[in-house]
Amino acid sequence: MSRLCRQMDKKSTKAVENPGGNQRNWVGQSTLCKEDPALLTGQARFIDDLEPVAGLRHAAILRSPHPHAVIKRIDTSAAEALPGVFGVVSGADLESLIKPIRSVVRAPIPYVPIAVDKTRYTGEPAAVVVASNRYVAEDALELIDVDYDPLPAVADPLAAIAPGAPVLHEQHGSNIASQRSFSYGDPDSAFARAERIIEFSYRFPRYSSTPIETFGVIAHFERAPDRFTAWSNFQGPFVLHPLMSSSLGVPGNRLRLITAPASGGSFGIKQAVFAYIVLLCAVSRKLGCPVKWTEDRLEHLSGSSAASDRTGSVKAAFMNDGELIGLRYENIANVGAYVRAPEPASLYRMHSTANNCYRVQNIAIDNTLVLTNQVPSGLNRGYGGPQFFFSLERAMEIAARELDIDPAELRRRNFIHTSSFPYRCPSGSLLDSGDYDQLLDEALRRADYVALKNKREQARASGRLYGIGFAAGIETAGSNMAYVTLEQAAEERSKGDPKSGATATAVINMDPTGTVTAYICSTPNGQGHATVVAQIVADTLGLHPDAIDVVTSVDTSTSVWSITSGNYSNRFAATVTSAVALCANQVADRLKAIAASMLEVQPEQIELSGGEAIVNSSPKRAVALRRVAANAHWNAEASGGGIHETAVFSPAGLTSPDSEDRVPSSLTYGSLLDLVAVEIERETGAVRIDKYVSMHDVGNMLNPMIVEGQIRGGFAHGIGAALYESFNYDAHGNFTSGTFADYLCPTAMEMPALDIGHINTPSPMNETGAKGLGDGCSMLTPTAIANAVSDALGREDIELPLNMQRVWSLTQAAGT
Amino acid sequence: MKPVAFDYCRAENTSEALAALTEYEDDASVLAGGMSLGPMLNMRLAQPEAVIDINRIAELGNIESHGSWIETGACVSQADALRSELLTEQVPLLGLALPWIGHYQTRNRGTLGGSIAHADPSAELPLCLVTLGGEVELRSERGVRAVAANHFFEGTLTTTRAQDELVTCIRWPVRTQQTGYAFEEIAQRHGDFAIVAAACSISAGDDGMIEALRLGFGGIEDKPVRPNLDSYLGALARPEMATDIAEQAANTLEPMDDATASADYRRSLAKLLGARVITSALSKCSSD
Repeated sequence: MSRLCRQMDKKSTKAVENPGGNQRNWVGQSTLCKEDPALLTGQARFIDDLEPVAGLRHAAILRSPHPHAVIKRIDTSAAEALPGVFGVVSGADLESLIKPIRSVVRAPIPYVPIAVDKTRYTGEPAAVVVASNRYVAEDALELIDVDYDPLPAVADPLAAIAPGAPVLHEQHGSNIASQRSFSYGDPDSAFARAERIIEFSYRFPRYSSTPIETFGVIAHFERAPDRFTAWSNFQGPFVLHPLMSSSLGVPGNRLRLITAPASGGSFGIKQAVFAYIVLLCAVSRKLGCPVKWTEDRLEHLSGSSAASDRTGSVKAAFMNDGELIGLRYENIANVGAYVRAPEPASLYRMHSTANNCYRVQNIAIDNTLVLTNQVPSGLNRGYGGPQFFFSLERAMEIAARELDIDPAELRRRNFIHTSSFPYRCPSGSLLDSGDYDQLLDEALRRADYVALKNKREQARASGRLYGIGFAAGIETAGSNMAYVTLEQAAEERSKGDPKSGATATAVINMDPTGTVTAYICSTPNGQGHATVVAQIVADTLGLHPDAIDVVTSVDTSTSVWSITSGNYSNRFAATVTSAVALCANQVADRLKAIAASMLEVQPEQIELSGGEAIVNSSPKRAVALRRVAANAHWNAEASGGGIHETAVFSPAGLTSPDSEDRVPSSLTYGSLLDLVAVEIERETGAVRIDKYVSMHDVGNMLNPMIVEGQIRGGFAHGIGAALYESFNYDAHGNFTSGTFADYLCPTAMEMPALDIGHINTPSPMNETGAKGLGDGCSMLTPTAIANAVSDALGREDIELPLNMQRVWSLTQAAGT
Repeated sequence: MKPVAFDYCRAENTSEALAALTEYEDDASVLAGGMSLGPMLNMRLAQPEAVIDINRIAELGNIESHGSWIETGACVSQADALRSELLTEQVPLLGLALPWIGHYQTRNRGTLGGSIAHADPSAELPLCLVTLGGEVELRSERGVRAVAANHFFEGTLTTTRAQDELVTCIRWPVRTQQTGYAFEEIAQRHGDFAIVAAACSISAGDDGMIEALRLGFGGIEDKPVRPNLDSYLGALARPEMATDIAEQAANTLEPMDDATASADYRRSLAKLLGARVITSALSKCSSD
């Protein structure tokens, strides 16, 4: 055993011996992650480690090599004849077992997770082989004979909506899945009285999450009654559960989803595992055996999911003094070959905060959803944020140059005033708290902005390319699930039942020996949820966090869950921790009541500390919590029969969209502001980051170490999008980014120094005062760097990623 | 990403490896470090009938001095090569180029022979071998032959190696007096295959006249190229000439044009890196 392991063992042993500990106020401390010893010593169990039922067989998926083709015939006979092959199923074989999976878009664009008579993206499943092992399954894939009739394909969203473009879904007849227009305030008047109007058109690329662990599903169909169990690394949102059971044609309680104990990362993309749960469940039913499928990297890059890329324009109406009085957004979002739930939510996540951190009241938004021959889009860190901020925060920087106002000052002049919170945005969100001036002040101070500008002047005087860029943004957290229905017009929404809320749940049990187990349904993917839950519960019950076990594996048959459960929209800090706090209080109340009767005092006189219920009287009297717990279980007549508490945190005010399309989209709204200085090497096009300051307001920090980890991770994702990552397609729509040699992710070597600063305006909306923070710099870094490169080159036609070849081409153009 | 079934032959000595190569005719892949072959097998880009593992062959792990050559066995790892004082003293260009290859972890497994035999157009070791004018020793049951580097590499992942032949050793010319060496490359990320790599050696006489000038480029064409710069021989070695030489060299190139880099970008980088390595090599040969 390594030294590290020994130390860990020693530490955990000690903790159990002394479950009370002496420290209080664990919340707010950088408590080490309780998940880490298992992860670091190879003890954590991931989906690929699980063999939950006997007789598992292994699946491999045949995927379309064409972006668009008619499937004329699939001959599986040679594959089926291969020794070790249990069965081969094509899309046609599963047609009766999988109904199209619904989304909020009502157009006839049926989505099933396997191609039936036509394939619409490279990587789309066309057949599934089930065999004794994955090697044989892959051998069999090569023996399947598919007669494809290739069709013209279109990957570019503007080309897809041009006349004569190949149509993906004939029954719909157009590649425009939907269009909606919104207006808040009076945009026409604002633009009529504007003294300056800034126009900015952009393209924001398609990129992805690429966690180390790929998708994994184990599907098991059983009869009497007909039911499915699926183990997977699905991350939620569990609003997809009813869509899955409906697609599979079983009642909700006959689709049991179980998530793996540990996760190898997600960053959003494991939402799309749900499509493969449906596919593998149907395969298990068809072949009558439990089936395990672990996605490989080639499949992941071509066939899992990606962020929706966006093409669009912003018009910004300004007064000469820099006041922003109106905004017009035109958003063309490419959702890929199908509208796969919860899309088109990425287009609406920032909709209700379209003013960002500014006071602007008059906003028009035109949204167009476009279908192309690309993998269906889905969750990716920031979910709609990076695209949104690229439009507005690039426009702010361009406006600053055109108005000849410092970009920091232009933002400051438009910030929502600190005294205005809570602040109702024109499109519906209620910003809970913030201090954007302080955020900016602190960023300028940390970066020594004046010195940085001098440095820029000196660099330019000697012919070097040096630029400074900003980006400011609010960080929505704890989604009101209703926001997705903005896609539907008000009258269409009114036909259905109202939808609203951002529910979170928690369960805490205390067993007869007095040990505590907490259960949450936030399906963490490495963020340390268990650590933070233990900190909260420890504080409330007067225990050491190591004495509190936290179960994060969700089982829809036994867990207390709702449609909002899962890991998305920064919801853990914003909502889940509040459910935990409420639940811990309920447990504390029970313990105090029982202890009070044991000690013959009033419950109000009891304090929970150091593993004891204590009466602060003289002389001091106490009873160990294990005795209180034992009493609860053994003396049920007096104590109520055990300690099992459930709490539901369902924050008020997260209503349905109103008739004017206003909806409070989230519960908490953190804020962040990035300031970056870059130097471009003219000869190579390399962008070198000279300084990067990132300021954050995440409300109360529950665990500063985890906060920093999240911010650094989001920054890495943002650096990837800014400089390296994009899914590329050739002129014929063929996918050209199918390996990690073609799709470049930043590594530790590429990460520049990051200076992180914090201010704190606690959220008044929840129990902990914490705001969600997981997206962080992933939303702003692409834009901040684009702004800095734009400043360095003196041009606005900046597209991401800013790889060396692209930047070099820009430096060769006249004027730089 | 699972390979097809293949026979696995672990050769204990060179004879066994050569016998296996003969036995499987044209359907065997030789496994040295496996840094390229591994992924190619997993992606089924390579579907050999047999994989012949040469890692256990002791004589392929030697680094030896033979007069004007240093010989490195095919299985010498890039990490061991970098740690070999003999090699980096006598072949300074390798000492400069090896740190650019992949990552610390991949250099522990990746071998000199594997990289040479794989013949990636942007790999560092083929570029060094071509620039220095080294040799590749090929053995088969038919016999032994030595092939000059500029004849060994034929194009992307293709060489003159016959299917029954094994790259057994690489011969690197030892350093000459008053010679400066330099190596540089540009990649999108640290450790990636280079977009363009440049290697240079320049020898100057006591009178300061250029006696030998070798400038090679990787990543530009489908194999490492060394433009003819004989017109500069006998000229006085001056730092100011670096740009001219690089420009002349770059103008002879026919760069690839692909999604990673346009032909213009590659040519521009060749000029830039060419000038940098010439400047660096010149500064070292005069101070030698």
